[in-house]
Amino acid sequence: MAGVVDPDKEKSLTDILRDAVMATAVAFGMFVLLIGLKTDQSQANSIELSARPGLLGSILLAVFIGTVLIGIIRQQAAKRPAKPANAPPHPLVAALSPYLAPFLIGFVFLFPIIAIQLAGWQGALKWIDNFGIQILIYIMLGWGLNVVVGLAGLLDLGYVAFYAVGAYSYALLATKYGLSFWILLPIAGILAAFWGIILGFPVLRLRGDYLAVVTLAFGEIIRLVLINWVDFSNGYAGISGIPRPTFFGIPFNASDTGFAAVFGLEFTPVYRTIFLFYLILVLSLITAYVTVRLRRLPIGRAWEALREDEIACRALGINTVTTKLTAFAIGAMFGGFAGSFFAARQGFISPESFTFIESAQILAIVVLGGLGSLYGVVIASVAIVGGFEILRELDFLKQVFGKDFDPAQYRALIFGLSMVLIMLWKPRGLVSTREPSVFLKERKAVSGSLVKEGHG
Amino acid sequence: MEVFVQQVINGLTLGAIYGLIAVGYTMVFGIIGMVNFAHGDIFMVGGFTALILFLLVTGALGFGAGAVALALLVCLILGMALTGLWNWAIEKVAYRPLRGSFRLAPLISAIGMSIVLVNFVQVAQGARNKPVPPMLRDGIKLMEKDGFVVTLAYKQIVIFVVTALLLGIFWYVVQKTPLGRAQRACEQDGKMASLLGIDVDRTVSITFVIGAALAAVAGVMYLIYYGVISFSDGFVPGVKAFTAAVLGGIGSLPGAVLGGLIIGMVETLWSAYFSIDYKDVAAFMLLAVTLIFLPQGLLGKPEVEKV
Repeated sequence: MAGVVDPDKEKSLTDILRDAVMATAVAFGMFVLLIGLKTDQSQANSIELSARPGLLGSILLAVFIGTVLIGIIRQQAAKRPAKPANAPPHPLVAALSPYLAPFLIGFVFLFPIIAIQLAGWQGALKWIDNFGIQILIYIMLGWGLNVVVGLAGLLDLGYVAFYAVGAYSYALLATKYGLSFWILLPIAGILAAFWGIILGFPVLRLRGDYLAVVTLAFGEIIRLVLINWVDFSNGYAGISGIPRPTFFGIPFNASDTGFAAVFGLEFTPVYRTIFLFYLILVLSLITAYVTVRLRRLPIGRAWEALREDEIACRALGINTVTTKLTAFAIGAMFGGFAGSFFAARQGFISPESFTFIESAQILAIVVLGGLGSLYGVVIASVAIVGGFEILRELDFLKQVFGKDFDPAQYRALIFGLSMVLIMLWKPRGLVSTREPSVFLKERKAVSGSLVKEGHG
Repeated sequence: MEVFVQQVINGLTLGAIYGLIAVGYTMVFGIIGMVNFAHGDIFMVGGFTALILFLLVTGALGFGAGAVALALLVCLILGMALTGLWNWAIEKVAYRPLRGSFRLAPLISAIGMSIVLVNFVQVAQGARNKPVPPMLRDGIKLMEKDGFVVTLAYKQIVIFVVTALLLGIFWYVVQKTPLGRAQRACEQDGKMASLLGIDVDRTVSITFVIGAALAAVAGVMYLIYYGVISFSDGFVPGVKAFTAAVLGGIGSLPGAVLGGLIIGMVETLWSAYFSIDYKDVAAFMLLAVTLIFLPQGLLGKPEVEKV
């Protein structure tokens, strides 16, 4: 690993090999205990060590080959002339880009029908539920957090708290008072927005990294309270039997007044899944629409100005207190909507669903996608969430690595690694250019590297 | 009164561990202005390294008093070296290319690295808690009243002595050696330091190595004190140590140790007199309250906003 980041252009093959040997030596030091030896519980509950020389050897070999390959690729790349930073996009891309949004929305609207045509009624359930709904939830959360992080530049590591507030508002009010999903959806959003203001108020003076850690602490506090305040939230056991949303009052069940009977269809659970799919799709589209419109209002402009330079903002007479609080509140409100949808879809929630890793995943979607970019969030959600689901399906790997091999075990490891690698490759995320919100005569793409941001 | 004295002893022990981790946060923040999010997990890696080394040595030499002492010494020295190597490699691969880049990039990279470390250890060593055989079992009875005995356990003495000794050495290094001078110079003005012939990259690397070595010591102490470690044990002590660093004044080394001791005390006293379930909530609240009302910390310099 030693030679990986050296930006030397004129490297000979011997240099590359020497770096690779160094990297392998470092990797040996790092891995000799943690991979070379395995700790196992014995019968007497003490720990026994067993050696794994084969595994250690193959990993070191992989490190060596990997460093040599990276060295060669970097050497070749350094020889090629560098591309100008602000190059215009390819003409084909420029010609197709206005049609991208309608095409994508059309495709997603038709997705359940395509899935049913290709995979049949039973097979489609998995595609619509695990891929469609799951990805759309994260797109919605990503777009919600995008208001806080991408537009206002306030780094929030505790976003999952608002997701939890939304989910618990719906779950508690629906199970205790029997209120319907359609009444509780706005209530959950309002409660979450309220919590956004409560948690936003104390951190108004903080910036950047400090803000990140305090919001993380707030997220953890809410989770710990949900775990420990058993009378209120039922603790670790969570809340089960949460009522499912109805089709404007018509439930999705096999009874005579159920959805299938009313519309004269044969009963199948797929209808509910399809309904949930369209529900979260509409919710996400509302989020995107509101975000796009807000960016054109004075408040949206103020958010973006705040992100670029807080001191200049104050000098120009923008009220930073209300600007920050509205960003927190609106971001939290969308988190709350998504949370109540999540509770309604699962029928069961527990504090386990609202851990820090969830916040990190949503933040990763926003940042890896490219701050402030709506398309970026979509790309990152599809890649991260869809990638996780696909990892679960890779059963053939068991034949390569043996029966005990479980690819899902590696998902978080791969997730963390890809976060680091994407940052190294594109520190501003995958979609790093963005449309300017204000322009004179013609729209010019703003390259991300020309914009100072994230000063929170 | 006796209960209180016992809690103070326990709190100071815990505080010594937090203080050792906090020094790593505060040094890295001082020199490159970044919250090293993966530092808590470096502490956990240090703990696992110590666990395996301890089992190796006691497995070869038996479990006599001399063997345990030797094992702990090996854990400390080799553990510091190997954990330092980890942090050196992480800094070089994941943080250095992003220095001077977009401000959020190193933080995101550090969060990714934290997730990588946790899951790497989980995959490589399994998800179960790893206990070590109890060591240094007895203690000194300080006072006794109504059947309640206040003890100062031998392991607590070991923790105090080792922490004090290492922090002393570390203090000497930072204050009196050319390396320490280079470090403080980079902290004040990196560009100027490099103009004056200081290798900033090397200094930053060494800072990460020292921070990780102290975190590894904390890992050994944690293992002695609790006798068990698991892959997820880095997160909460990490956040608490960060709280300690902020409370003491981020960038200030004595502040980090002081903050660690305060956090340790608050945590044990809160568990003893209020509610053990909410002890983490207390520590996190303390972080928020400090940042809101005393952002420069107890011993830190107030941050001047420059335009």
